[in-house]
Amino acid sequence: MQIARPHRFARTASADAPAFVTWRGLLPTYALAALATFAVGVFAVSWGTVHIAPQTTLRVLLGHLPFVPAGEHSAAIRAIVWDVRAPRVLLAGMVGATLAFCGAAYQGVFRNPLAEPYLIGVASGAAVGATLIIISPLYVTVWLLSPLPPAAFAGALAAVALAYGLARAHGRVSTTSLILSGVAVSSVCTSIVTYLMLTYNTRTLAILNWIMGGFNTASWKEVAIAAPYMLLAAVVIVPLARLLNVMQLDEDEARHLGVDVERLKLIVLGLASLATAAAVAVSGLIGFVGLVVPHIVRMIWGPDYRRVLPLSGFFGAAFLILADVIARSINPGYEVPIGVVTALVGAPFFLYLLRREGRRGHEAA
Amino acid sequence: MLSVRALHAGYAARAVLHGIDLTAARGEIVAVIGPNGCGKTTLLRVLSGGLPYEGNVTIDGAEVRTSGASALAKRVAVVSQSAGLPERFSAFEVALMGRTPHLRLLQSEGSGDVRIVRAAMERTGCWDLRDRPIDALSGGERQRVVIARALAQEPDLLLLDEPTSHLDVQHQVGTFRLAVELCREQQLAVLAVVHDLTLAAMFADRMALMSGGRIVAEGTPAAVLRPQTIEQVYGLAVRVLAHPTTGRPVVVPDITIETEIAGPLEHAGATR
Repeated sequence: MQIARPHRFARTASADAPAFVTWRGLLPTYALAALATFAVGVFAVSWGTVHIAPQTTLRVLLGHLPFVPAGEHSAAIRAIVWDVRAPRVLLAGMVGATLAFCGAAYQGVFRNPLAEPYLIGVASGAAVGATLIIISPLYVTVWLLSPLPPAAFAGALAAVALAYGLARAHGRVSTTSLILSGVAVSSVCTSIVTYLMLTYNTRTLAILNWIMGGFNTASWKEVAIAAPYMLLAAVVIVPLARLLNVMQLDEDEARHLGVDVERLKLIVLGLASLATAAAVAVSGLIGFVGLVVPHIVRMIWGPDYRRVLPLSGFFGAAFLILADVIARSINPGYEVPIGVVTALVGAPFFLYLLRREGRRGHEAA
Repeated sequence: MLSVRALHAGYAARAVLHGIDLTAARGEIVAVIGPNGCGKTTLLRVLSGGLPYEGNVTIDGAEVRTSGASALAKRVAVVSQSAGLPERFSAFEVALMGRTPHLRLLQSEGSGDVRIVRAAMERTGCWDLRDRPIDALSGGERQRVVIARALAQEPDLLLLDEPTSHLDVQHQVGTFRLAVELCREQQLAVLAVVHDLTLAAMFADRMALMSGGRIVAEGTPAAVLRPQTIEQVYGLAVRVLAHPTTGRPVVVPDITIETEIAGPLEHAGATR
């Protein structure tokens, strides 16, 4: 089956040479995607049990910028928009952007479209960290200074570091060994969590709740905690997009073209894991975003990582913001865990992709 | 150009190369031959900066060990048998990746790069394929794109790693003919690892026969491809004939036992 060719817009075209991708040529695309994501965000802030007109939302939000006159709105409206919904929507957007962006980055390094940001242990490591806190006496202490995010963060990084260390041999890390050691570390972590859930059965529901993920406790504090790691990953990895394209040839060829492959892998996997760990620490385990969104972006905009990485970020944000809107509106009074929503959308899509890849392999054989 | 002196190299548990001396000048094609496991591929890995080594390997006077990956890629280009083919990138985009060592981190390819890549693709005869997805091309077409990408690096040394082992005979000859032409036109030094002795003899200026991590014979094709030498190294009795038009050596296995198999063919020829 032939996939559609990438769209031609945002390419510098001339009569005698084929169009090709440049950073400058992509700026309008980035701007449009950012605008669309922002619009989704404004819609999501307006949506809820108390409905607020989008223009009111926009005015309240912009009123917080310097030099923009604040409109005259009731304190209740301002509180709902700025204190309750805005941090929640922003956090959902940040987490969605991070998972999709890091999923795309992982897929680039592993040269495997089925790689996702949880592949080498971030998720299961975070689950161990979070579970240890939930079953410990620390869990019942003050919510304002929850030890849960740092513990999940530490667990995630420990698991990735362990998987990376196990896969390292003679100064090189083969991606195949890394996937295998990641799977091994993940299953050890998962069995630890399962054991603890059964042993401390009064806390089982709390653990399960964390694992399913969600944004119902989101505040500006979580936004501030997670943002630096996510920005760091974006700022460092996006400029490496052209080298990730070269990596798609294969590792030896990339090396022959002057790419320092081992350093590229370490930087991209390290920072993507760091950002994913931050996302997991503030939101729990939200599956399928990191797998599904980069795939859709590739289908529409082609394989160049200068498009795939930033656009995955924007559309991952929009996707998770909308999933969160669904999660909080399906059942008034009881929120559906967002992991359930993304999995309900993501799992069928995943199966569709697998079947399509299978058919293509069959045709090639 | 390329100068290898007292080269020792190998992998963690196993030394593979035991003192290699080899040179290749600009405008010269050197073919490296030898049985499987003799160290040909390890030698190429050292030359392309992919393996630590002892001894001296210099390209244009610069030691490979201390050259950065990017600086080395401006001097050395590799065309290998198993070229990686990223799905959905166009042939032009793949060839354009040859400019990677010449670009700074945040720099995009510019019109100068496009000119170089276009010239390279026109030279290797794949400019017409520029908009086709690379994974939809045939083996011979891909090989031309890969050679164009190597040319776009503007190297001084071209390493060919069994570049034709998966190609039809017309593409095998075509690839080597192209390599010879490029070698002469652009004054490239070409070092080719080749399995097929006759094919290597047809195009090489000089040959180096490797065995057990050492070079056991070196010189013109006629000097290296002697029946006794080949029998010693490969453990196979051969006859070396002269090519009817070029006079270069043609190596054929000397199989007397299997004449029975060849029988019917001769018979068919005789009765025609």
